[in-house]
Amino acid sequence: MVVEPIKIEEYKTETTPTWCPGCGDFAVLRGIHTALARLKIKSEHVVISSGIGCSSNLPGFVNAYGFHGLHGRSLPIANGIKLANTDLTVIATGGDGDGYGIGLGHFIHSMRRNINITYIVMNNQIYGLTTGQASPTSERGMLTKSTPSGLLEVPVNPIALALISGATYVSRGFSGNADHLSTIIENALSHKGFSLVDVLSPCVTYNKIQTYQWFRDRVYTLEDEEHDTNDLKQALSKSYEWESKIPIGVFYKADKPTYDGDEPALQDGPLVNQPLDTGKNIAKQLLDEFT
Amino acid sequence: MPKNEVVLRVGGAAGDGIASTGESFAKICSRSGLHLLAYNSYQSVIRGGFIYLQLRAGREKIYSHGNKVDFLIALNPLEFQRNIVDVVPGGAVLYNSDKIKPDPDTIPNDVILCPLPVNEILKDIGRNPILQNTVALSSLVQLLNLDVDVMNGVIRDYFGKKKQSVMDVNLKVIKAGYEYAKSNLPDFDYDLNPDYNIKRPVLTGNQALGFGSIIAGCKFYCAYPMTPASSILHYLIAQSKKSGMVVKQAEDEISVINMAIGSSFAGVRSMVGTSGGGFALMTEAIGLAGQTETPIVVINSMRGGPSTGLPTKTEQGDLFQAIGASQGDFPKVIIAPSTIEDCYYSIIESFNLADQFQIPVMVLSDLFLSEHMESIEDLDFNSTIERGEIVTSNDSDKLYKRFKYTDNGVSPRAFPGTSGTVFQASSDEHDDYGNIISDVFTDSETRIKIMLKRMRKMKFIEEQLPPVKLEGPVDADLTIVSWGSTYNVVHEAIQILQNNSKNVNHLHIKYLIPLQKGIKEILSNSKDTLIVEANYSGQLSKLISMETGFQINHTLFKYDGEPFYPEQIIDKVEDLI
Repeated sequence: MVVEPIKIEEYKTETTPTWCPGCGDFAVLRGIHTALARLKIKSEHVVISSGIGCSSNLPGFVNAYGFHGLHGRSLPIANGIKLANTDLTVIATGGDGDGYGIGLGHFIHSMRRNINITYIVMNNQIYGLTTGQASPTSERGMLTKSTPSGLLEVPVNPIALALISGATYVSRGFSGNADHLSTIIENALSHKGFSLVDVLSPCVTYNKIQTYQWFRDRVYTLEDEEHDTNDLKQALSKSYEWESKIPIGVFYKADKPTYDGDEPALQDGPLVNQPLDTGKNIAKQLLDEFT
Repeated sequence: MPKNEVVLRVGGAAGDGIASTGESFAKICSRSGLHLLAYNSYQSVIRGGFIYLQLRAGREKIYSHGNKVDFLIALNPLEFQRNIVDVVPGGAVLYNSDKIKPDPDTIPNDVILCPLPVNEILKDIGRNPILQNTVALSSLVQLLNLDVDVMNGVIRDYFGKKKQSVMDVNLKVIKAGYEYAKSNLPDFDYDLNPDYNIKRPVLTGNQALGFGSIIAGCKFYCAYPMTPASSILHYLIAQSKKSGMVVKQAEDEISVINMAIGSSFAGVRSMVGTSGGGFALMTEAIGLAGQTETPIVVINSMRGGPSTGLPTKTEQGDLFQAIGASQGDFPKVIIAPSTIEDCYYSIIESFNLADQFQIPVMVLSDLFLSEHMESIEDLDFNSTIERGEIVTSNDSDKLYKRFKYTDNGVSPRAFPGTSGTVFQASSDEHDDYGNIISDVFTDSETRIKIMLKRMRKMKFIEEQLPPVKLEGPVDADLTIVSWGSTYNVVHEAIQILQNNSKNVNHLHIKYLIPLQKGIKEILSNSKDTLIVEANYSGQLSKLISMETGFQINHTLFKYDGEPFYPEQIIDKVEDLI
């Protein structure tokens, strides 16, 4: 059977993105459109959840189901959607504040489950929507609206966290390298298990330090080196590179059991397709257990 | 005349096997055709700590666990001393006389001691310390003139899945205890009028809530462990393979409710359960369910607050928390089941309301209702599952309007995966398609339209819910108002008061939001009014006054963590009329 190619236009919506011109998130949006088209996943089989923040407006710009929920809670929503319907391609999106700040607990626990979803974080190291406060990935010493004397905390390292928490596809993209980013997203969507795509997505309005040029001076692709994506320790070591050289690409990839694959109640197929009267049919038997 | 009703208390330390002793006795009673009600008073300690289980049984329906004890099974010396004061004159204490040496000076004169020399009784059988509980229970079965074969059956079922040898030992212990009591203990003249052809189910409120959710077609239950809601989680996970329900323990209550909203958004009936503190963490997402019109059932089994409060004690203190859960205005329902049976029916109804109106439904139980055991009559399995209007495909050229403006405010739902129905569900304010109108797109006209659409649901919900019913004589001298788990105890108090020629009736309120219809009409015609609530400030009393303008005249509030006893209500009423 020949599957008709799907045009990238089919994944676009009429809504004009709310982002500032030059925002790194445009490249992520393009990456998602491209990856879905390449993988020929029908719009009606894709759900994108998000939290709150500039980047969390993304679901509105993709012709797919969107759940634009609460700040920091895109992952629990995505977990719930996947457990209810394993036939869907489920993507969670958001920013660094959303995912590595207020939602950090959900990030770690979702990875422990190795649930088959893709998490794309538009990491700009600043709070944009609230006009420029420090974020969990801001550098120590950074001067922001909320840290006029310099930030006194060290940044979260999402790649290292993902590696030690059980994610089975751990990657980083850069909005300044859109083609590379699209490929990473495409592979993340094909991966079975929890996939993280942390995207260096510059905020052109509030982050005057980590600019496109700042990253261009530092990034290199892991695919160009002899990096073994099966080697967790090597990946962990790469995840600590930041100051002068910043790796992008796939740090780690593994084939491990998934939560949705092993959950006993999902063995008969997606939950949403199961009959509603299962309980009624065993009601007598269940009540008899109480006598 | 032989006594036809009995109150048993089993007192000991956590880890002594009180719960299993109580559960076994409950099953012995229910398989003897008796009604029963049991309450477990405990502390948040795994081993040690003061706990007891009190069970009242008899042929007629039992409405409370009783205030005074006929038989005390004391499992250690401390509990012997602590509990003996609650034993009625002519009542008895059963205890292991190898371990407990009572001080004669501290025994009330009219309490009968029933020492059980357990080592001697079991000299040919075994020496496991937990066997003392079985000895005491089989002795009690003899003293109550119940059929020892029923106890054998209960123990057989209990050990059925374990080792045959363990079961054989227990059966020998039962025989030995029973025979010992027959030959050595006094006759207590009990005739509970057992009927071995009647076998009623015995459930806790949490089991009834869980069972109801299975019957309602709930396929996703998510929770974080919290007393007194945890046993819903335990019940549902044990049935998961049979029921086909995904039961998920998540990292915190925020994740719990968001996962359930995600699962419901994807088309699966979903429920969460917690207590006040966990409910507090869920509140933002309750508003999310309201705003995205995602059905969800939220159980809050209340315990003593505020803060961590009384983790193992009961209270009805979260009504205002539930009413005020989440910012802004959105349609919602708050239901408070009253009895074990009502827990079952309320959950089924909650799922139907949640689906029909695409709203969050909050179910307020409390520690007493959730954790006490009660015999019940058969339950009706023929309730219908109402999922509301669901779009199965959209082949027209028109875009699907997920939040279409309709007369009753309910827009046909589509689940992801349905052709032609791609849409956005947004926490931000949105238009009828789901496109956001917040921030840069703010549009007052649409905002007003969509708010009115959502809030219109409340009128139709209110119309669908039944009005309150007054129980008892219309011309009573006093109307007692109650809600939730106090139904049974108020009912029993009123029965006793009526026997004492006090003319009292009962107005029990089940639907709190929207507040049930007919309250003002009934109360305005009452000669006098009293409200009974297990909280400090009288939250329902305030709600009634807010919603109807009616001020209830007298109050009986209790916030010591223990459930009401009928006597407390009777005393209050006798002060008034």
